[in-house]
Amino acid sequence: MSKNRIYPTRFVFGALILYVALFVLPSVMGLGYSFTDWSVYSREIHFVGLKNFATVFSADYNYTRMLGNTFLFTVVTTLAKNVIGLAMAVLLTRKVKLLNFHRAVMYLPCVLSALIVGMIFKSVLNPKIGLLNTFLRSIGLGSLAKNWLTDSKIAFRSVMAVDIWKGMGYIMTILIAGIMSIPPTYYEAASIDGGSAWQCFRCITLPLLAPTLTVTTVLNVIYGLKVFDTVYSLTNGGPGYATEVLYTGVYKEFGLGRYAVGTTLSTIMTLVMLIAGFFMIRHMVKGDGQEI
Amino acid sequence: MRRRKLLSSLGVNVLAWFLSLVLLAPLLLILVNSFKTSKAASDMSLALPSSLEWSNFSVVIEKGKLGIAFLNSMLYSVCSVLLCTLLCTMTSYVLSRNRRRLHNFLYLFLVLGIAMPVNFIPLMRTMQALKLINTRLGIILLYTATQIPFNVFLIHSFVSKISPEIDEAAVIDGASPSGLFFRIIMPLMKPVLVTVMVLTFLNTWNEFVMPLYFLGSTDKWPMTLAVYNFFGMYFKDWNLVCADILLTSLPVIIVYLLGQKYIVSGMTAGAVKG
Repeated sequence: MSKNRIYPTRFVFGALILYVALFVLPSVMGLGYSFTDWSVYSREIHFVGLKNFATVFSADYNYTRMLGNTFLFTVVTTLAKNVIGLAMAVLLTRKVKLLNFHRAVMYLPCVLSALIVGMIFKSVLNPKIGLLNTFLRSIGLGSLAKNWLTDSKIAFRSVMAVDIWKGMGYIMTILIAGIMSIPPTYYEAASIDGGSAWQCFRCITLPLLAPTLTVTTVLNVIYGLKVFDTVYSLTNGGPGYATEVLYTGVYKEFGLGRYAVGTTLSTIMTLVMLIAGFFMIRHMVKGDGQEI
Repeated sequence: MRRRKLLSSLGVNVLAWFLSLVLLAPLLLILVNSFKTSKAASDMSLALPSSLEWSNFSVVIEKGKLGIAFLNSMLYSVCSVLLCTLLCTMTSYVLSRNRRRLHNFLYLFLVLGIAMPVNFIPLMRTMQALKLINTRLGIILLYTATQIPFNVFLIHSFVSKISPEIDEAAVIDGASPSGLFFRIIMPLMKPVLVTVMVLTFLNTWNEFVMPLYFLGSTDKWPMTLAVYNFFGMYFKDWNLVCADILLTSLPVIIVYLLGQKYIVSGMTAGAVKG
């Protein structure tokens, strides 16, 4: 019997139709709309060429700042989560008491809603009553207590810190699985040769974790470019435009009815991410018997 | 030598506890303050409450309209989980078994969605055209659609490991294509199906951007949006806000504690090649 009879292609249709109609099609339409003057007020839609792109990249508006913030956010959180996550993973693959408890606790923030985490940290970072400033004052470091979310100089750093707090356990969990898959014989051989803990880490753990670290990096980049929830609930882009990222910007354009500019911003990000994503997907699918 | 070992083991444990506390303190803060009176919670400290104000919870359920929000969240999550699991399983199974050119292309096309962001504004247009805007069905279909890529990826790599000889045996015994899939293959996929269900449930429960864009009426809001709205109105009553946050997060935490093994295996799939 032929493969098509046993494995009917019609099984694919349900998922494919939903995916195309509600996911792919809007992105393709978005590309089209980004060349128009579509807004909530327009009765007809006109072709305007590259005008929206000129607006987005012009210095007269704050869009370049949004894009800059988004890339800064992505780079900083990706680096920090990988470094801290790696340190945590190394720590929690050693002989620690209550190992599973620690692992479970460190992963816990990842399952909470980013919106909720944002609200929790609105309390923690409150300048007067917040847990962080109260703690700093109680250990005599009152001078370090800041207006974490309202001072435009540090607000964006606070937002990134909250995101790192939430996401580092995720990276840790992936890296723990990576470390556990390294054959213990390597470490045994190294210890017979008198290798120190640092040498073991640098010459065994790190090189063998490189493929896993590549994946965590790309996952983080994809997440960082799409970030919305955390920023929306912590600062909603403020003060001023200090913490505005791309998707909070898109939401504001949507609210103001400037659909064309909002769509243009989304389209730029879609193109960036599809290029970045292609390489990740290729890496993830490899070894799955799939040819690309 | 022994002393050094002891010291390093002590250091490792202290460090682990320090990190756990950094991650746990903000969550404990919510827990203790949700049981305080409004006055006692006004300084948002980690001090234990002097009396347990259980009434906070009934107040937020009533004022925050959490009853209907809970039912909405449940409806959205359960329906998306069932629909997404069924569609993705069927898709991944066929795309994994049938490796012709078209099928390989379709697999990549679907999985590339992992990297693709949602373009909300044209999506609004599509939803309007399909008469799905501001409807519960629309939100369920949206949640299903956006989670197809990752779930297809997850199930596909699992199905590849189930031997096709089983299929052949079943076909020789006279199983139809549907019978083969539903009676023979589906039961063999139980581990990955549980992972997919748990992850889809968590993602749907935690999400709030889709309703923010596409659900205008408050009686259709899920818990996340309800709690955010409540926070905007009662930001001075931290005890109530904390109680609301706690109630919203409770289902997620319960699912996490019950399904930790499945979440971790899903999250690490693809990232680690053993």
